[in-house]
Amino acid sequence: MKGPALLSVEGVAVDLPTPRGNLRAVDHVDLSIGAGRTLGIVGESGCGKTMLSRAILQLLPKKAKLSGRVMFDGQDLVCLDRERLRKLRGRSLAVVFQDPMTSLNPVLTIGTQLIETLQEHLELDGVAAKMRSVELLAAVGIPAPEQRLMQYPHQLSGGMRQRVAIAIALSCEPKLLIADEPTTALDVTIQAQILDLLAREQRRRHMAMIIITHDLGVVAGRTDEVAVMYAGRVVERAPTPDLFKKMRMPYTEALLAAIPKIDAKPHTPLPAISGRPPDPTRPLKGCSFSPRCKYAWAQCQVEKPPLEDADSPGHQYACFRPLNTEAIAPA
Amino acid sequence: MMPSVPQPVSGDPLLRVENLVVEYPVGNKTVHAVSGVSLDIARGETLGLVGESGCGKSTLGRAVMQLRRAVSGKVLFDGQDLTAMQGDTLRRMRRRVQLIFQDPIASLNPRRRIGDIIAEPLVISGVKDAKKREQLVHDVLSAVGLDPHLVIGRLPHEFSGGQCQRICIARALVLNPEFIICDEPVSALDVSIRAQILNLLEEMKARYGLTLLFIAHDLAVVKAVSDRVAVMYLGRLCEVGPSEQLFAQPAHPYTALLIEAIPVPDPDVRPAESVAVGEPPSPIAPPSGCRFRTRCPRADQRCSDEMPELREVAPAQFAACHHPLIGAA
Repeated sequence: MKGPALLSVEGVAVDLPTPRGNLRAVDHVDLSIGAGRTLGIVGESGCGKTMLSRAILQLLPKKAKLSGRVMFDGQDLVCLDRERLRKLRGRSLAVVFQDPMTSLNPVLTIGTQLIETLQEHLELDGVAAKMRSVELLAAVGIPAPEQRLMQYPHQLSGGMRQRVAIAIALSCEPKLLIADEPTTALDVTIQAQILDLLAREQRRRHMAMIIITHDLGVVAGRTDEVAVMYAGRVVERAPTPDLFKKMRMPYTEALLAAIPKIDAKPHTPLPAISGRPPDPTRPLKGCSFSPRCKYAWAQCQVEKPPLEDADSPGHQYACFRPLNTEAIAPA
Repeated sequence: MMPSVPQPVSGDPLLRVENLVVEYPVGNKTVHAVSGVSLDIARGETLGLVGESGCGKSTLGRAVMQLRRAVSGKVLFDGQDLTAMQGDTLRRMRRRVQLIFQDPIASLNPRRRIGDIIAEPLVISGVKDAKKREQLVHDVLSAVGLDPHLVIGRLPHEFSGGQCQRICIARALVLNPEFIICDEPVSALDVSIRAQILNLLEEMKARYGLTLLFIAHDLAVVKAVSDRVAVMYLGRLCEVGPSEQLFAQPAHPYTALLIEAIPVPDPDVRPAESVAVGEPPSPIAPPSGCRFRTRCPRADQRCSDEMPELREVAPAQFAACHHPLIGAA
């Protein structure tokens, strides 16, 4: 199907101690992504998608406990020392966060932040780094890049700041870019531009990309594969077309149905998902989605469904009552 | 003749905004947040107001409430001009108009119990009988789908975002208002919770006979609840029309751009390469003529010389454009 995985996440679990007890933010997740491919990770707030990306980047909070392996380009990131990790991050493993205002340093100019990255990782001299910075800003669609180098983040709009953050992330030609809700803080017309920019740069650089989002609309036309997370687990994972057309997991179906559709008639009641996600400090014995699932039966409440293979390649789901099979007719 | 006439609605308008201008001073400059907006909202109607951040949609909502005083223009609520009212007269009027904000957690006082938060508007408006207040609080909490007995003694931090928004809706409803301004009521909520709140707003509208001004940046959300939609850009209205018609055949290029930019949750729909050229200009120095012209593919000299007025391009559909996508230019 594809070459050897560039990144493979194997049995990763993240535990966070809280005053209310242990919080299992990520619960034994296995994922992989090949060079040049795009993986979407979709889920609602608190589902563990951001903690998973932080586990990959080894940027977890100090108190967090991580188990499992994160194999990137032949090495296990969990075992690397700080110095080697630092060399890897920014160089071959880059990240773009949701809020560009907090990921850029407010007291340094755009130029300083870009040039610093290039000098640190690529060991370019000042002049070469500056030239490269101008090229990068132009590539991400920033007009008058020479002048922008002298500006501070607050002098730019949200969309422009996100472009700068992308330029910094791309500056060292990473093999993998993790984009964590890269457009959530932006307006729709700007969102489309930023997603196009990411897709274009990815193709040009043959870079692998993980897009983390709460919006199924963002991943639909822009990823090769999608993993849906709920309460810390991957509950369904499939090549993008299969996920939308042959979904097995009732949560995926419910999530898609709950999105207001632009071609629906006004005042059509939305098929909302009742209730809300379970308290992560009090894990359920059975399937985490079962209290909200309209198909759930007794087994779902007492036993955790394992992630199983569907008939089409690369498609997995964790459900005892999967959709689109003989096991169940819509209730 | 055109500028001061809002787009008429069938039936009698509960709210009529005429030529409203709102400006903010910033240093020695001025932000032109709302520049001459006129619109009508009929009794029982939901008008959706969409636009990107900074377009003035929230300012417009606040100016209707008189939380921000207009520089000029009128806000006629049930025939009476709110901009001319002050003190007690205004406070009495305000009972009939309520606001729901984007961040439900931030709009609840973290140190007060839910029962007190919801009873507060009743206390202010002079409902002296504690038993009656309690009854009204119970009724409204049940209406928004919360169990009054479990809720009234607790503090806001014990609730999730979706539940807090239910509490905010209950607080807005407790005075039995006629008109509610919802300012991005679901933007801070997750997809699965968003649908619950949108459905709840629709139910409450029917149950309490409300008229709504629904402000949001998400077109699909706006369409789901609105009878008519108004599109705003840099302080001006671009287009107003019945929801379905406006989405099926947008007349203003900006409306078309917004519709195109919505990501569709269908892998067969390849996202069109975005046509959006650049970003909105600053409302401190808006472009001359049509404010959208700097990003518009159809702009020409006329667009920079002459400000387009709203005019009817199709039945009940109005657009402020010299080169609309439908109708004769």
